[in-house]
Amino acid sequence: MSASTDITTHAGVRGMRIDWTPYVMGAGIGVLSWIVFVFADDPLGVTTALSAVAGFAAMPFTGADAVWHNSYWAQTVPSLSYGSIFLVGVVLGAFAASVAARQFHVETVPAVWRQRFGNSISLRFGAAFVGGALEMYGARLAGGCASGHGISGTLQLALSSWAFTILMFGTAILVGSLLFGNAGDRR
Amino acid sequence: MTLPVTGPALLPLGIVFGFAFGWLLQRARIADTNVIVAQLRLRDYTLFKVMLTAIIVGGVGIFFLHSGGLAAYHVKPANLAAVAVGAVLFGVGMALYGYCPGTGLAAIGTGSVHALIGAIGMIAGAIAFAFSFDWIKATLLPIAAYGQIRLPDLTGIPDLVWLAAIAAVGFAALFVLDGRRHV
Repeated sequence: MSASTDITTHAGVRGMRIDWTPYVMGAGIGVLSWIVFVFADDPLGVTTALSAVAGFAAMPFTGADAVWHNSYWAQTVPSLSYGSIFLVGVVLGAFAASVAARQFHVETVPAVWRQRFGNSISLRFGAAFVGGALEMYGARLAGGCASGHGISGTLQLALSSWAFTILMFGTAILVGSLLFGNAGDRR
Repeated sequence: MTLPVTGPALLPLGIVFGFAFGWLLQRARIADTNVIVAQLRLRDYTLFKVMLTAIIVGGVGIFFLHSGGLAAYHVKPANLAAVAVGAVLFGVGMALYGYCPGTGLAAIGTGSVHALIGAIGMIAGAIAFAFSFDWIKATLLPIAAYGQIRLPDLTGIPDLVWLAAIAAVGFAALFVLDGRRHV
């Protein structure tokens, strides 16, 4: 680990330390993926389960028949299953962690967005809605998201997942840099 | 107990595994949109550090579990045209939303109201996809479709060599890019 000693030296002025938290938590996610593969025979992922749940959300608008006869929901069946309960667990786990760390706070317009686009809640909510919709459509087209492809798929060395992850982050970095400019650099 | 767990016994595991995932995402600070956007602007490498470590630790473990017959692979098919278009749409969406789907759900738990609005957007996106699926399946999915292929199959280079190379290149890149901020 001579590399880490080096960076410590460089960062010496800032207090001689590396923040190991992202590596420790990343290793934790890696270990969790072992457990989930073995016990649930399912890769860690979000959007497959979320699109099954979306079938229920569509029913009031389209009628139940349109959902049950849809060819996509015929293969990703809307049901209260392991996957949908996993999604509830994600929200609860992050809630518990943020309360335990005293970091829970209601956020409508995040700091980095406010610095670039101002205080408008409707603008932020509009962008979040459109962004979420595009992201989900893209994830379903590609067969996975930053968890399903970006972690579970890449760790299995899947061609589809490496292609997705590299192209996805390339696009997100380009668009994110153009969109936010220097916002976030000011404190 | 036989593995994998199936049927109703799997449901409580869903809550436990999801809880652990959400807890880890929050503790890694990536349930915070400011951290995600800082990664997209290459100002903070937290997200890449978490993902790379998860890929290497997860990948080595799954390789041995698979070799020992304890874990099955779930490789998503390389429908490369659909993967490419999907990745670009996802990238634009991620920059606007400020989260990926998993970190967005976790952020709802930490009190982010705009993450909840984005999750409603995700459901709208899923519904739009379901109703365009027949068309996508006929047009985009068959283009450059190579099936459930893995990099070791494609190249003949063994799994552990791939993982070692990814770790070496990835951590070296992180060291250079992230170290630069401290110097």
